[in-house]
Amino acid sequence: MAYDKFTVLKSTAVPLPIENVDTDQIIPARFLKATTREGFGDNLFRDWRYNADNSPKQDFILNNPIYSGKILVGGTNFGSGSSREHAAWAIYDYGFRCVVSSFFADIFRGNCINVGILPVQVSPTFLQKILSSIEADPNAQFEINLPDQTITNITTAEKELFDINGYKKNNLLNGFDDIDYLQAMKSDIAAFAEARDM
Amino acid sequence: MSNKLSTLFDKVWDAHVVRKIEDGPDVFFIDRHFIHEVTSPVAFLGLQNRGVGVMFPKDTFATADHNTPTINQHLPVADPLSNIQLKALEQNAAKYGISHWGLGNPKNGIVHVVGPENGITQPGMTIVCGDSHTSTHGAFGAIAFGIGTSEVEMVLSSQCIMQPKPLKMRINVNGTLGKAVTPKDVTLYIISQLTTAGATGYFVEYAGDVFERMSMEGRMTVCNMSIEMGARGGMIAPDETTFAYINGRELAPKGAAWDKALAYWKTLKTDEGAVFDKEYSFDATDIEPMITYGTNPGMGMGISKSIPRGADLKGGTATYEKSLNYMGFHEQDQMIGKKVDFVFIGSCTNGRIEDFRAFASIIKGRKKAEHVTAWVVPGSHIVEQQIKEEGILDILTDAGFLLRQPGCSACLAMNDDKIPAGKYAVSTSNRNFEGRQGPGSRTLLASPLVAAAAAVTGFVTDPRDLM
Repeated sequence: MAYDKFTVLKSTAVPLPIENVDTDQIIPARFLKATTREGFGDNLFRDWRYNADNSPKQDFILNNPIYSGKILVGGTNFGSGSSREHAAWAIYDYGFRCVVSSFFADIFRGNCINVGILPVQVSPTFLQKILSSIEADPNAQFEINLPDQTITNITTAEKELFDINGYKKNNLLNGFDDIDYLQAMKSDIAAFAEARDM
Repeated sequence: MSNKLSTLFDKVWDAHVVRKIEDGPDVFFIDRHFIHEVTSPVAFLGLQNRGVGVMFPKDTFATADHNTPTINQHLPVADPLSNIQLKALEQNAAKYGISHWGLGNPKNGIVHVVGPENGITQPGMTIVCGDSHTSTHGAFGAIAFGIGTSEVEMVLSSQCIMQPKPLKMRINVNGTLGKAVTPKDVTLYIISQLTTAGATGYFVEYAGDVFERMSMEGRMTVCNMSIEMGARGGMIAPDETTFAYINGRELAPKGAAWDKALAYWKTLKTDEGAVFDKEYSFDATDIEPMITYGTNPGMGMGISKSIPRGADLKGGTATYEKSLNYMGFHEQDQMIGKKVDFVFIGSCTNGRIEDFRAFASIIKGRKKAEHVTAWVVPGSHIVEQQIKEEGILDILTDAGFLLRQPGCSACLAMNDDKIPAGKYAVSTSNRNFEGRQGPGSRTLLASPLVAAAAAVTGFVTDPRDLM
C-alpha cells in the first residue's frame, strides 16, 4: 500500500507510559468490521478514549489538547496480542508516523513498518528521559532520523541509535513495499514451488 | 555456523527460504494460507488496486468465524457490517477460485479448528493466517504464525512473505501432571513464568514427556497460546500421535503420497545436541489448575493461591495496580470463591472435542448455577457433531446448558456474544485484555475443567473438589 516516505521527523510527542499496551486497546475488535482501511483513527484507543456514551474521557492523553505530535511514546511491550494490522492503520490514520517504546511485540512491529510507521526501540533509560522531558514541557521536540538511525531528545540533546534492517529501512525511505519486491521475483518463486512439488 | 546440528524449526524454516536478502528478511515460502472475513478484505482490495491475482488459490482456504453469530445461523446475519464482511469473503473466494467454508457449510468453524480436522495442517509445512493464533498449527510440527493484512496480500499474490528468521527457544516440561491439570494449565503456567513478552523474538519448540503424552487437541491448545508469551509460534515434533490424527482426514495425503509424506515427517525432529538461543525447563508437578486474575495472560496463578503483591513481581507496579483495579481485585485476594457471572467454553484454544469431554465430565449429574450465563460453543460443525454423537449434548441439556453453533463467539467481542461491563467471565479462550470480551468485561482465563466447576457452582471453584 502506498504511504508517505519516511526520512527525518521532527515533532512533539504524545506520552502513553503504560506497559503491555495490547492491540485490543489500540483498536477493539468490534471496530474491525470495515472492508477498506480508512477511518480507523477515529476509534484509536476507543475504550480508553471514550465513555460508553461516546463522550470523551477527560483524563485520557489523546483528549488532552496540551499533547500533540506525530510521535507516540508507549511503555514496554507495546502492541502485544492480536495480529490485526488495523492497530497500525489506526495509529497512522490518527496522524502518528512513529511509535517509540523500549520493547515492541513482534507482529505489531512488522505491521507498523509495512504501513509506513517507524517503530523506534530505545533503551528503558532513554524512554524514561523522553517521558520526563515531555512531562516538564509538553512542547518538547524530538527528532527521528531514519538515514542515521538516530532519535534525539532535543531538550537534553541526548541521542540514541536504533535498529532497523537495511532492506526495511530502504523501503521506508523510498515508500517501497514488499509486494513490489515479491512481484518482481515471481518466476523464482514459481520455480521454487515447482521444485517443492516434485 | 560450524554447528551442523539442526533444530526442528531450522529444518522446516530452511526448507522454505526462496531467497536470503542481505541485511534484510528471508523471502519465505508458504505452503498453506488460511483466510477469514476480518483480515482479508483489505488484502483483496490491494490485489485489485495493483491488478494482480492470487498465485496459488488451491493453497488458500477461507472460512468465516470471527463475525458469525452462534445461534440461528440459518437466518441472515443481523449486523449489517458483519454481513458485508462475510459477503466480501464469499465474493473474493469465488472471484479468485479459493475454497470457502462459509456460514452453513458443514465444514465451517474456527479457522484453527477446521484446518487440522480436515487434514490441511501437516508436519513440516509453513502455515500463515491473518490471525495471531495461527500458532495453533505448530502442534503438528509445522511452522505456523499470524500475519498482518499487508502480509496476507503478499501471500495471496506471491505465496511468500518477508520474514527475518526468529531466534530459537525450547521449553521442556517433564514429569506427571497432577489431577485436573490440563494442557491449558500447562500453557498458562508457562506464560505466568515467562511473562507476556518473555518469548518475543523467538520461535518455541515444546519438548518433554508431558507434550509427548499429550493428545493432538492438547498440543493445539498449548501451541495456540504461544503468542501470549510473545512468541511468533510454537511447535511440537510430529510423532505417532500426530500421524494417527492426520491419517484418513479428507485433505491428508493418501496411498503412495501418504507413505512418502510419512517418511519425510519422521525426519522432523531436533537433532540431539542442537543448540537453542534460550531454553527453559519446568517440572510438571509444580503445575496446578490455573486461573488468571489480571488483564494479560501472564497474570495467571495456581487456583488455590492468592493474588501476588505487585511489589513481589518483576516489572512495573503502576500497570499492575491499573490491572487489578480494572478487575476489581486486590493483592492477596483468594480467587476461589469469587462470584462468576458468565462461563464461556469454546474458541480456537479450547473448542475441540476433548475440551467438551472434560467440561461434561464435571457437569454430568449436576446443574448449571442459576445466576450463571453459559455459552457452550463448539469450534466447528464437526466438533458439534461429535458432541452429539458422544452423548455430550444430553449431558449438557440435562444440566441446563444450551449448545450453540460454531464460531469465535465470546473470545473477542466482535459478534453478538459479548460479556457486559463489570461482569466476570470464566473463559477457556486465550486473552483477558481489558474489554476483550466486551467493553468493561472482566475475563478469568482457565481450562474447560475450571470453567465447568465455575458453571455449576457459580463461583471460582477448584475442579479437584468436584472430581
